[in-house]
Amino acid sequence: MIEVRNLSKSFDNAKVLNNINMVFDKGKTNLIIGQSGSGKTVLLKSIVGLHDIDEGEVIFDGIVFNHLNFKEKKEMRKEIGMLFQGGALFDSSTVEENVMFPLDMFTEMSFDERRERANECLKRVNIINANQLYPAEISGGMKKRVAIARAIALNPKYLFCDEPNSGLDPKTALVIDNLIKEITIEYNMTTIVNTHDMNSVMEIGDNIIFISNGSIWWEGTKEEIFDTDNNELNDFIFASKLSQKIKDLKNQR
Amino acid sequence: MNLITHIGKYLVLLTRVFSKPEKLTIYYKETIKEIDKLGINSIWIVVIISVFMGAVITIQTAYNTENPIYPKYLIGLTARDTLLLEFSSTIVALILAGKIGSNIASEIGTMRVTEQIDALEIMGVNSASYLILPKIVATIFFSPFLCIMSMFLGIFGGWVAGVSTGVMTSQDYIYGIQYAFVPYYIVYALIKMAIFAFLITSISAYHGYYSQGGSLEVGQSSTKAVVHSSIFILLFNVILTQLLLS
Repeated sequence: MIEVRNLSKSFDNAKVLNNINMVFDKGKTNLIIGQSGSGKTVLLKSIVGLHDIDEGEVIFDGIVFNHLNFKEKKEMRKEIGMLFQGGALFDSSTVEENVMFPLDMFTEMSFDERRERANECLKRVNIINANQLYPAEISGGMKKRVAIARAIALNPKYLFCDEPNSGLDPKTALVIDNLIKEITIEYNMTTIVNTHDMNSVMEIGDNIIFISNGSIWWEGTKEEIFDTDNNELNDFIFASKLSQKIKDLKNQR
Repeated sequence: MNLITHIGKYLVLLTRVFSKPEKLTIYYKETIKEIDKLGINSIWIVVIISVFMGAVITIQTAYNTENPIYPKYLIGLTARDTLLLEFSSTIVALILAGKIGSNIASEIGTMRVTEQIDALEIMGVNSASYLILPKIVATIFFSPFLCIMSMFLGIFGGWVAGVSTGVMTSQDYIYGIQYAFVPYYIVYALIKMAIFAFLITSISAYHGYYSQGGSLEVGQSSTKAVVHSSIFILLFNVILTQLLLS
């Protein structure tokens, strides 16, 4: 479980996050939704410590992460997996080397054991016969799956995904969403996903938090989201003509 | 951002670079890769430039000393000392600043803007040390070889140019390059080269590591890396010359 208490973050006097309080449950896919520029990525990066926060606490299973020193944070991060918006695979390494990297760095496993574990993770995300390809040679969807494989290589307790569907077609996006959901249950992880994709919300959103202008505006489940009377959230959900049409049909019934 | 802030950030980065590596075997492998990428791949440019510069120095010296008062062996002596004292260390370092400096800054800068450095940090890897230390070790280790190679090739180029154009005889040139030889000049050049290699790598890595934005900013970082490395090479050239030759 991850708990965020009174988190605030500013950049050059511009307040990006304002007194955020939330709890992310273990074994569930927790979604942070909001428009571009609402502060989702800053929030995610503040939780994992890539941004230093101005105020507040980030608590990972009882450990106040932002109070740890550099060395302790480094240790803690071995339990964190993260999927970045663009995949963030190492360009100069092959798919297999990318997945093996955390194993090379932090385990005493033999080369064969590391390769076996990497192949196991790649198989789990349905990447087959691409081990020797470089990131530039694979598709966007494959990059995301390889990044997930790398993120789970060390059996992390926490998984963070920043816009996992950006740049993907709806079908591939669905595959990535379901993969994240399945892996969360399989590894019993605390997963936090940043997204603005409503399909993701409906597919995998166990707990949903809507943020706008750096503050939380709504919290709930995917079952509750369409019945909300929160105007900000409704504007976000029903921004497209398609979703507006669905809403109208629902109201007619 | 003012100069003091840059120096402070640069020193903070260096303390992270020189902290204890996570796993020595991985750093060793990375260093070997960097020797190939930054060192071996720079051999050809050093070969070409050294041979031609040696030739030009010899021909220019010959035409500027066309006076019977000056002995012909002076051409070889001048070519040798010019190459040993300045060309094979300072000029080669300036050339390497352009080649490997831009390479380092753009590589690390691209990693920064594509979140690869964030990915390393999230895994618990000291990204500064992992990315920069092998490059520094590789260039400091390999640059003296380039320097020595440049000295030999420059002198060889001078000999070829001098003899083939008929401005002097082979005997004069060989006598000249042996005349009043000071072995310490080689030590001086190697010390300078090692320090220049550190400056090029660390300054370029600094600009790459703190890149922000997109490809445009990475390009700007790469340009700044070359410009700042070159300025510091020239500045340290003066300081080291005073310290080592006075």
